[in-house]
Amino acid sequence: MNHIRQLEDQSVYILREAYKNFDNLAMLWSMGKDSTVLLWLARKAFFGHVPFPLLHVDTSYKIPEMIEYRDRLAREWRLNLIVGQNKKALAEGMNHTKGRVECCTALKTQGLKQLLEEKGYTGVILGVRSDEDSTRAKERYFSPRDKNNEWDFRDQPPELWDQYKLSFPPGTHIRIHPLLDWTEINIWEYIKLENIPFLDNLYLDQGTGKRYRSLGCAPCTTPIDSTSKNVDEVIIELRNTKVAERAGRAQDEGRGMEQLRKDGYM
Amino acid sequence: MTVTPAIGQSHNTPQDNSIRERMNIVIVGHVDHGKSTLLGRLYADTGTLPTGKIEKIQAICKQQGKEFEYAFLFDAFLEEQQQGITIDTARTFFSWGGRQYIIIDAPGHKEFLKNMVSGAARAEAALLVIDALEGVRDQSKRHGLLLSMLGVKQVTVVVNKMDLVNYREDTFHAIEKEYREFLTQLNVIPQYVIPASAKQGINIIKSSPETPWYTGPSVLDSLAHFHLESKRAEQTLRLPIQDVYKFDARRILVGRITAGKLKIGDRLVFSPSNKTANIETIEAFNIDPPPTQAEAGQSVGITLDEQIFVERGEIATHDNARPLVSTRIRANLFWLGGRPLETRRPYVLRLATREVPCEVATIHRIVDATNLDDRQTQTTVKRNEVADITLRTKSPIAFDLYAQFETTGRFVLVDEYDVAGGGIITELVQDDQEDFRTEARERDSAWVKGDVGAEDRAQHYGHRAAVVLLTGPDVTAKGFLARKLETVLVAEGRHAYLLAPENLQRGLDADLVDTKPDEIIRRFGEVVRLLTDTGSLVISTTNALKEPMKHIVQTVQTLVNPIPVITIHMAKDLQGPQPDTDLIFAGPENFDDCTHQIIDLLKSRGILTEPPRGRADFQYSI
Repeated sequence: MNHIRQLEDQSVYILREAYKNFDNLAMLWSMGKDSTVLLWLARKAFFGHVPFPLLHVDTSYKIPEMIEYRDRLAREWRLNLIVGQNKKALAEGMNHTKGRVECCTALKTQGLKQLLEEKGYTGVILGVRSDEDSTRAKERYFSPRDKNNEWDFRDQPPELWDQYKLSFPPGTHIRIHPLLDWTEINIWEYIKLENIPFLDNLYLDQGTGKRYRSLGCAPCTTPIDSTSKNVDEVIIELRNTKVAERAGRAQDEGRGMEQLRKDGYM
Repeated sequence: MTVTPAIGQSHNTPQDNSIRERMNIVIVGHVDHGKSTLLGRLYADTGTLPTGKIEKIQAICKQQGKEFEYAFLFDAFLEEQQQGITIDTARTFFSWGGRQYIIIDAPGHKEFLKNMVSGAARAEAALLVIDALEGVRDQSKRHGLLLSMLGVKQVTVVVNKMDLVNYREDTFHAIEKEYREFLTQLNVIPQYVIPASAKQGINIIKSSPETPWYTGPSVLDSLAHFHLESKRAEQTLRLPIQDVYKFDARRILVGRITAGKLKIGDRLVFSPSNKTANIETIEAFNIDPPPTQAEAGQSVGITLDEQIFVERGEIATHDNARPLVSTRIRANLFWLGGRPLETRRPYVLRLATREVPCEVATIHRIVDATNLDDRQTQTTVKRNEVADITLRTKSPIAFDLYAQFETTGRFVLVDEYDVAGGGIITELVQDDQEDFRTEARERDSAWVKGDVGAEDRAQHYGHRAAVVLLTGPDVTAKGFLARKLETVLVAEGRHAYLLAPENLQRGLDADLVDTKPDEIIRRFGEVVRLLTDTGSLVISTTNALKEPMKHIVQTVQTLVNPIPVITIHMAKDLQGPQPDTDLIFAGPENFDDCTHQIIDLLKSRGILTEPPRGRADFQYSI
């Protein structure tokens, strides 16, 4: 498991750089496997402490077990949890039937933007990975967002060795991506190695021949056919599958992801 | 659940499910020489693409009325597909033969060189692609040069598009000869030079009959011949301190070990402060039993047996193999900034975790990447150029030569908000402080300590030791302000002491018959050093030292290092250039106000805390 420890060492280094250099820092936590591994890595980096708030952008359409799990870990691990929600859009009746990209933009991108503006965060840590999506494959570990929260992928800063972009003009912020080099399999290998609590009743087959591979909002996330009942079986399944991880995430279809991410989506 | 199909007639090990190691590889080369196509083909022919990926891209191509290309598999952005070029580096994942590769597809267009550099800086090995029809071009060479500067020593050259030259052996050998000669000048020996056609799938995953004269490995097979860097742990220790935590009772120093090993009980020296302490514990979360040792690559946390003030940017080593320390370094630098690099412009140098203001003292030459010739001396380095320069840092930094230690031998320069250039250190340039620095290091190393440490004294007195130096021409009432400051500080209960350099003349310096300015300053500095070791705030003026102010300040700084030296300049007026000091007073009249400004500055630097009988709260014990 040497390669997993290498990934861990690198992510811990990135988290510590973020903590040292950003006065107003927060981490996004969606309760999915990736951001939960990220949260665990923060506990590794800071010796059991999580010295910044965790943000959850609640679309109100999340699977109920996710919220229970969120509140339980927040209590047990003494997390500073901040939940944001685009209440205006919800009040106006936004949902996926108005268009998946539109819904994601309103409830997630805008919800996040409101939260960032309100709290004035200058650094936001996210659990995105390169192998999830081809636009995420082009991300930097420290990736600037302009005043409108937008990502200028045509002009990304150079990232040399372990020297990241740590300074930025007022009004902009930096997205920090410690998990860029992790694959989906690495995430599960690490969950097993460290025995990290995860949403097992969603990520593992409960006897129905189905499990979630990627978690999002209930209406736009579908489980896959799988009989994997434990983490070992998930790892074996993933080593042999040729189906993309986010195949069950409806908003990714066509060019959805490029547009979403350019506008400030995770 | 689907099972990966076996690769027919492949000479390769079939895809191995258990991953033992990981490696980063970058694909570089001139624009349009077929890097993305090579990458796409590698995935397609090894059956490692997700189901439907090719079909999805084919559908998009059909919709846009253009021919399918393997390159489109990883050129994610709409704009990249429309223009048929790679704009930014993509990381892709590929598992083969027990290794998990991250293959980084770097753009070949000159305009996107900073993206190529970002990709290559992460890599341990490179595939450099050259078009057989076009031959060796500008970016083939520039990328070769940058690979060697970025520390990518393992290179395999792929001569692509061999189908366009009818797989001619002589064409291949001519390119091979030319490029090998170029790489030799950079001290790079390619592992293999492979004739291939990514478009036709020739020599990509297996040897093909089209090139019967070629007996070497396919591109896929050549990957297994790249070896992992493992020697770093065998070097002597380098641990750049990243931060100091005090979340609970533990005071933990964290950082990533960049070379060597450490274990509990080791005596560490921190450079450039020269402080020392022993490792008491190695801290870790959710590891049982806790570790007793660690090595290069690991992000660690350690506690020390002594409460010493160490901060981010220092490099911890063992005593017998310290890094170099200077304010001047010679380096090879590549510049990526939108604005040219200029001498006498302020930049920030970042080396490992250290950050320090700097300027370029000299641009010795510009290296022309295409023929490695020198261009005549210039005062600027333009975007995408490589130059041989000397840098001057505002305060001394600890570093290594790149040839000996990679991570502590390289740096970046930050221009305003942006990382704008990177460099590797080729030489230490001695500054005029070298002798004083050696003296301070040897003196500190042999210093006999009592049981009361600097931290204890600081807790007791309500302030750290520090030096306040007043500089400026005669008749600006420096002495008056110095006396006033001492009086106010002592009235507050601080241990402040005014040391006039004149007071050494008839005593300590009585044996100096001929005037030796350097020796006078040296003795003055050593006396200041002794007083600061008692925990005092030493206030002094500088006129009696009869040397340029800058030299005096630097020497005192070197000799009292790492005690802070606060400089206050007194000028008659603000005409003309002013020295770079912490505070400047021009013809002051209100000395009470000046005194309070100095006290506020001492507070903002964390030197003064609440007056002694209050509760001490120290910035540096975090």
